[in-house]
Parts: sequence; structure tokens; C-alpha cells
Amino acid sequence: MGAVAKKPYIMPPLSAYAEVAARLKVDNVSLRYQSPKGETFTALDRVSFEVPDQQFAVIVGPSGCGKSSLLYLTAGLAEPSDGDIYVGGQKVNGPGADRGMVFQGYTLFPWLTVRQNIEFGLKRRKLPSNEIRTIVEFYLNEVGLAKFAEHYPKQLSGGMMQRVAIARALANDPQILLMDEPFGALDSQTRLQMQQLLLQVWGNSKKTVVFVTHDIDEAILLADRIYVMGARPGHIKEILDVPIERPRNLDVVMEPEFIRMKRHILGLLHDDLAEVH
Amino acid sequence: MATQKNWVQRCLTPKVELPRKLVLSAGMLCWLLVLGLWAGFSYGGVVPSMFLPTPGDVLAAGVRLTHDGTLGKHVLASLEVVLIGFVVSSVVSVPLGLLMGSFRIVQAFLEPLVNFIRYLPVTSFVPLFILWIGIGLEQRVAVIIFGVFFQQLVMIADVSKGVQKDLINASYTLGASRRDVVMHVLGPASLPGILDTLRVTMGWAWTYLVVAELVAASSGLGYISLKAMRGFQVDVIFLAIAIIGLLGLITDQLFRLLRLRIAAWAQ
Repeated sequence: MGAVAKKPYIMPPLSAYAEVAARLKVDNVSLRYQSPKGETFTALDRVSFEVPDQQFAVIVGPSGCGKSSLLYLTAGLAEPSDGDIYVGGQKVNGPGADRGMVFQGYTLFPWLTVRQNIEFGLKRRKLPSNEIRTIVEFYLNEVGLAKFAEHYPKQLSGGMMQRVAIARALANDPQILLMDEPFGALDSQTRLQMQQLLLQVWGNSKKTVVFVTHDIDEAILLADRIYVMGARPGHIKEILDVPIERPRNLDVVMEPEFIRMKRHILGLLHDDLAEVH
Repeated sequence: MATQKNWVQRCLTPKVELPRKLVLSAGMLCWLLVLGLWAGFSYGGVVPSMFLPTPGDVLAAGVRLTHDGTLGKHVLASLEVVLIGFVVSSVVSVPLGLLMGSFRIVQAFLEPLVNFIRYLPVTSFVPLFILWIGIGLEQRVAVIIFGVFFQQLVMIADVSKGVQKDLINASYTLGASRRDVVMHVLGPASLPGILDTLRVTMGWAWTYLVVAELVAASSGLGYISLKAMRGFQVDVIFLAIAIIGLLGLITDQLFRLLRLRIAAWAQ
């Protein structure tokens, strides 16, 4: 624990996860593309795993291992060639508001203010306006952007835009929050701040999160469980629980457990590179 | 001295911003040069007044034609044709272009034909339109629509095609339906590009208007221009050209202001 007293996180103990049904179930999923020349490229090869409710799952892997594709499949933005994905026991069949997503690039609607961006999903669901206002105020405060509610995206920094994107996805109260390298484009200082903020927001919302990154530090800092993927074709190499207790702050990177895990994951990814070359 | 040298250097460095005053003065200077040359050639008698009127002659013609009401009548006649043609064309091309850029099937259906027609010179259709529709207002409107519509269609389809796929994906994950995507994402995201397209094609509409009026019309700025040529009234030709330029400039600025107002986010 750091010297500074932090707001306590309301979190069920890790052991509680075992009893809860899988929030996300990826069942024998393959994804193949046909190249223009007619060659078949296998992006994902019979991938199966489950993510329990309220867990923070991080998928790490080298570029081209299909980790982002897994998120797009879960979001219903693409269809698997084989296998099924279930969210909350429901088979994924097209996109829906029950699976919120934060993208790698900036995807705020530039013609809408911060407030209107967060309202977007709520308006599509035709919630009453006073309810919308309450929800938007709550999430504006959660991500610390109450003062910027009437700003347009172009007036915000990259970190602020991703905070709005997180608020916008959470405002819909999805079953699961999918995050595709959301901090990849940010400078390292901002990224650290965003990781802390995300841990805090997640602690309050208790959403199931599936977070994709290639940054091993980020993975260990954030995750309850890490799914290490290998490439060509994309597959799950190993699933690791992160035994570091929460709340975690940025000092965890110096803990022996953290370093041990990092070395292990680096080794796994290194093996993968060796297989390719 | 030091600052002057600095300015000269700034002017000679690629892509360096300059003070607003200097920029405006440069634009004015160009105008003054052209007007000065014109005045020099015409008042100096270098070019006979039958071919090049003096600026004073053109102004006098303007006053004369304004007083007897002909100018107002013909300006209104031209404006009427341009606006009807442009509005009718845009009302159809904007939604259809959006659909064409958003739905592959609409594109596949329309594109081969549109790309064929797009390269046909509008002027070659004028005789056909006269034969079909006569020489009334409808004929001139038809020329403008034919000249502008297919270009607008392709340009607006490109605008809508250029909308970032991730914005659409994001809206789906926020619960948007396909209809929502068209109405609440593709529409607003395309708005600045649509306004730019309208602004550019408005200029073309003026061009086709004059073409149509020169060939067959009994009113309009192109018509008085042609009539003036027959009567060797070169001052009136100059006046008509200047007014067309002025009207073009005004509509262009109106579109610029409209874009600033309703698509300020894209500035």
C-alpha cells in the first residue's frame, strides 16, 4: 500500500469469482480471412476462454495475434468463421448496447459536445430526459470532466477524449466493457493517469472488463487475470491470475511479484517471436 | 530595419503565416494592379473603346440600366433560374449521394451510369433540351440540373464514404440501429463536406446558367450580354460579367457563413 490513503475500492474478494457464472464465454472461435489472391489467413484458431463476472481481464499479445479481432467479435462488429461467443449467457449476434466498447482511435462524435456524446446511447434507448441528465452528470464526475461538459472533442486532449469515451460506454450500463488498446495513443504520463482513473472507475462500477493491450506493465497493473496470446494463427498461450492485491497504485511495478510476472510474460511472448523467425 | 528584413524573410519562407494586415494588403494590391492596368489601357487609348470600355463607361452603364429597371429584371431572372436549378438538384443529390456513399448496393447500381453521364459535356445537351423543352425557363433550369446534379452526387457520395468506420462501429456499440447510423452518424459527419460540395457546385451552376442564357433565352445576364455584343455595347458585357462575379462571390460567402454556423465543430 502506498503512503497516501486512497479511497477504498468496493470489490468482492477474488475467491468470489469462482461462484459467479461466466460473463463472457468464447467457445472454440476461429476467424479466417480470404485474401484477394484467394489465400486463407487464419487470424484466430479455435480460441476458447471464459471471463467471470466483474473481473478485469486483460488480453496481451504481439501485434497480429488477433487480440483486437476478439474484441470486435465480442462486440458483434464482426462474425467468427467458427464457434460462438456468449455474453451473459446470450449468444452474440450483431452489435448491441449491452457490450460497450472503447476504441484505440478517437471515436467521439466531433459534432457533439462531451455531454451529448455521453447522451448518445441513452437517447437511442429513449430514456426520459431527467434520467439521462442524472446518468450523464454521474459519469461526467466519475471521469472528472464535469467542467468540460459543453466542450467539443477538438477542444480536448487525447486523454480527456478517452475519458469521455469510457464515460460514454459506461453510461449505457453495459454487461461488459471492451477496451481495445484505449491508451495506446497517449503519452506515457497521461497513460499512467488514465490507468489509475480506469481502476478507480472500474472499482466503483464493478463492470466486467476485457482490455486488450500489448503493454505488459499495463496488463499486470490492471488485470485480475491475464490472457497471453500468441500469433500465426492467434491462440491463447497461457492464462495467468495476478495475485497482487488491490487497490494497486503505480508502485506495484517495483514489487517482486510484478517483476516475476513480467519476466514470465516476456518469456512467453519471446518464445512466440522465436517460433516465427 | 531589423523587423523589415524579418518580414521579407517571412514572406520568402514557405508556409509561414503572415500578419492579417499584410495578407489583406496583398489581396488589395492585386486588385488595384488589375484595375490600374485596365484603366491605363482604356483611358490611355491603347485599346480602342469598342473592345475595351473604360471603368467609367461600365459604371455609367450600370447606373443607366439600374435606372431604367432592365438590370434588376435580368438579375432577378438569372437568380431565379440558378436557384431553382440548384435547389432542385441539391434536394435530390444530397440524400441520394449519402445513400450512394453509405450503401454499397446503391453505389453499385448508380455508379456505372453516373460516371458515364458525368463526363458528357453539358453544352452538348443544350440543343436536345431546346428540342424537348423549348426555350423557356425550364430549359435553362434543365441545363443547370444536368450540369450540377451528377457531379454533386459523386462528390457527396465520396464525402459519406470518407466517414471514419470507427465512428459507425462506436455508434453500434452504443446501441444505434442502422437507421440511427444513417441519421445520427453519417448525416452529421458528412455535413461539412456536403456544404463544401454545395459551395463548389454553386459556382458551376452560375457557369451553366450563362451557357444556357447565351444559347436560348429572352432574359437574364447572359442574354443581355449577347444582346450587347450585337449592338457593340462592350460596357454592358463588362457590366454583366462583373455582376455575375459579384453574385458568385456573395453566394460563396453565404455558404461560408452557413458552414461556420451549422458546422462550427469542423473548423
